[in-house]
Amino acid sequence: MNALYIICGLGIASLVAEIINFKKWFVAVAGVGVAVAAVIAATDWNSSTHYFSEMVIIDNFSISFTILICAIGAIWFWMAHDYFHDETHVTDQSALILFALVGAIILTSFNNMSMLFLGIEILSISLYVLAGSRKDSIFSNEAAFKYFLMGSFATGFLLMGIALVYGATGTFELTKIAVYTSEHHAQLPGFFYAGVLLIMIGMSFKVSAVPFHFWAPDVYQGSPSAITAFMSTVVKVAAFAAFLRLFINVFSVVQSTWLFTLQAIAIFTLILSSVTAVFQSNIKRLLAYSSVGHAGYILLSLVTGSAESNGVIFYYLIGYSVASLLAFAVLIQLEVKDKETSIDDFKGLFKSNPLLAVAMTVALLSMAGIPPLPGFFGKYLALSLALSVGYVGFSIVAILTSLVGVYYYFKVIISMFQEGGDGKTLTLSSSIRLLLFVLLGLTIVVGIFPALFQVI
Amino acid sequence: MLTLFIIFWPLVAAILLFLFRPANSRIFAFAASLLELIASLAIVYLFDASSIDTFSISVPWIQKLGISFSVGMDGISLLLVLLTTVLTPFIIFSSFGNGQPKSHTFYGLILLMQMALVGVFMARDGFLFYVFWEMALIPIYFICLMWGGENRGRVTFKFFVYTLAGSLFMLIGLLYLYFQTGGDHSFDINQLYLAGQSLTVSEQSYIFWAFFLAFAIKMPVFPFHTWQPDTYVTAPFQGTMLLSAIMLKMGIYGLIRWLLPMVPMGVEQWGSTAIILSVIGIVYASCIALVQKDIKRLIAYSSIAHVGLISAGVFTLTKIGIQGAVIQMISHGVVVFGLFYIVELILDRTKTHAISEISGVRLNAPIFASVFLIILLGSIALPFTSGFVGEFLLINSLIQYSIVIGIIAALTTILGAVYMLRAFQQTMLGEVNQNSKLFLDLTTQEKIVLYPITLLVLVIGIYPTPLLALSEPAVNQILMIVSDYMASVK
Repeated sequence: MNALYIICGLGIASLVAEIINFKKWFVAVAGVGVAVAAVIAATDWNSSTHYFSEMVIIDNFSISFTILICAIGAIWFWMAHDYFHDETHVTDQSALILFALVGAIILTSFNNMSMLFLGIEILSISLYVLAGSRKDSIFSNEAAFKYFLMGSFATGFLLMGIALVYGATGTFELTKIAVYTSEHHAQLPGFFYAGVLLIMIGMSFKVSAVPFHFWAPDVYQGSPSAITAFMSTVVKVAAFAAFLRLFINVFSVVQSTWLFTLQAIAIFTLILSSVTAVFQSNIKRLLAYSSVGHAGYILLSLVTGSAESNGVIFYYLIGYSVASLLAFAVLIQLEVKDKETSIDDFKGLFKSNPLLAVAMTVALLSMAGIPPLPGFFGKYLALSLALSVGYVGFSIVAILTSLVGVYYYFKVIISMFQEGGDGKTLTLSSSIRLLLFVLLGLTIVVGIFPALFQVI
Repeated sequence: MLTLFIIFWPLVAAILLFLFRPANSRIFAFAASLLELIASLAIVYLFDASSIDTFSISVPWIQKLGISFSVGMDGISLLLVLLTTVLTPFIIFSSFGNGQPKSHTFYGLILLMQMALVGVFMARDGFLFYVFWEMALIPIYFICLMWGGENRGRVTFKFFVYTLAGSLFMLIGLLYLYFQTGGDHSFDINQLYLAGQSLTVSEQSYIFWAFFLAFAIKMPVFPFHTWQPDTYVTAPFQGTMLLSAIMLKMGIYGLIRWLLPMVPMGVEQWGSTAIILSVIGIVYASCIALVQKDIKRLIAYSSIAHVGLISAGVFTLTKIGIQGAVIQMISHGVVVFGLFYIVELILDRTKTHAISEISGVRLNAPIFASVFLIILLGSIALPFTSGFVGEFLLINSLIQYSIVIGIIAALTTILGAVYMLRAFQQTMLGEVNQNSKLFLDLTTQEKIVLYPITLLVLVIGIYPTPLLALSEPAVNQILMIVSDYMASVK
């Protein structure tokens, strides 16, 4: 809980910093502050407590996701230093990022439907603005607008769902809903099930699962890359935390209503994302579809409905986030102002900038699921979970799609190791070099010692 | 301690290379691989074939999932580890010439590859085996991608996807078996054996195919060989050597260590199919080799033929078959290393691979021609060369299995003699032509590489007993597991 206070405080401080003209160092302060918040969150480990008349619950589930979100946030501030450098409204932007983090943390620890709604809105509204923060770029504007429209649409579904569930159970509180549904299992009105499905659709929008993924490629492409990195990591982690809490802990009693739909969503997400990704030449769109594909894998372990899926998904998200951060850290360095980056722009990268090429290669190999990198273990755990409950067909589809994944990730890798390109060596600041090494090290540690990170 | 050293030293050396980028990375890598060779010789010295546990280590890795870092050493593993550690220094040393890669990345990747290969041959945990198996693919992929010849992007990608697809089938098979193991599930090799043996015949057949596909693609066995010739030709010669001399042994080793004892009924059911595929491969590849105009491609196809014979021998499930396979793996590794090196030297001196464009080399380079001849005779399995021992045992086992198949398989030797000697005659004998006019004889560095290899070809051929004695207890052990199980079923 203290982590939440700290980040809220930092957000407000960020707004004040504009007035007292403390802009130069604020980004660094915010990064360190978020890292401190992660440490403080860890001190609550094993203490299951409620706050605000049981609206917020702090248990190991929420703590581990909070730590993950804060850690990603801290690394993000490190990575996005240049992004702030170019901005005129540094403190506004950092405040928005901090508030988005607050929303994300609420999504990991809500125990009340209204908190769920608050969390999603705090997270999303900050991001709508951030997506459009390159005000002079038409793509950025398009991204913000699309994201806003689609996001509000999804929120509409979510609200409707919450209202219906409330109507059926008479409460917003998750624990009470769970108790009520298991006690009155037979007498639940039809609209309760409709409510559950609507909530599921709303959440599927947020995790960009097929067929609710259409916003993702456009928004990823149009937003500034640093913001895209934030979206593809923090937002995914938070949305899946909420998804898990709702569907594994609360609605597990009525599994039969949503299981089939979610299975279908998972399958379509896996197939469609990988097939579409093959045809992308813009690297950000490629990463967008790849992130949709990863959502498919996570949904695959979610639909097993097994208690172990929490741990598996948590590990998967760690591996995915580290690889994404690494990929975006490289991408941000390569980007030329006001120009789209395509796969061809990676040509000859290994010759001219070996560190960037190696970092990108490791990130892509991990996403492609090559051992011993975290992406492999994540997929392995998901598959093994799916097989343990007898989803053989599912697993085969998942394996085939990850083979297709190898194809499109390797397009980028092959391009990097080819001749060509302008051969220009970029000068990397020592901070970015260090960041790349830290992320590479993290990737390898997470990959080789998966047991350390499967805490829940 | 020695066990950990032999697995992780190449990794440490590779990391040191990547981090410190010594100016002379070749020499550093060479020294590192020599140290590894010394360590492996120490293991040979300390090795006691009768006890299996001398060099085994087992520590939990991911306890919750029954995955442990479990490695061990028996005769078969030892011979293959030895093959790896002996050939790697030669591969590195053979790149000391001008025009060869100097980059620390190149040598770091070779060392990484060595680590993964040693790991594959020593792993006694299914999951660990899989991880090393895949890890071996990454360095070789980048070696071929960065230093390969024409069309390397497309060719290496085909190779990568092929082998990866095969391994994914193996992963499914492994997972399936894992869920059949008792208690909290485990990937321990003996548990997997038991799990596999407890399955019904039809289940064993599925597992057989899941694993066989992975191994067959790696070796490669007909009809899964289509990636091989292009990849061998496109790869830099060091990559070709790694692929053909060591890496393809992973597939055969996998058959012996994992497939046979795990699903004996599946092997009984489908073994004859595998033998027939292998034998078709022998004839098919030999026929293509007969009409090859490119000498590197010719050796690539001859390699398919030889491997086909080895895999057929393994599936006879007899002691001589498997013993023959083990010794032929070693011999094939040494011989094919020598052949690809000679081809590289020819290319380097004449700038062409075409057999018809070279002739009369012997007149200018008699030592070169003699060394080529000895290694080539090893390849066509003349008595008193290394190839003979293995092929004799393998063909013998196949004749016992079925006289027809035995005779067809014996064609390898005849056809092999035809295409190999034809290539030799074309290039080495006859009149000196434009391309061989200035053909230099072996330099000192090349002699340092080729003389020991030639010597090995002869020594293994004349006195194979130590190698056979080393692998015999291990082969007996595996066959005993199979026969005990078969007896219990019937």
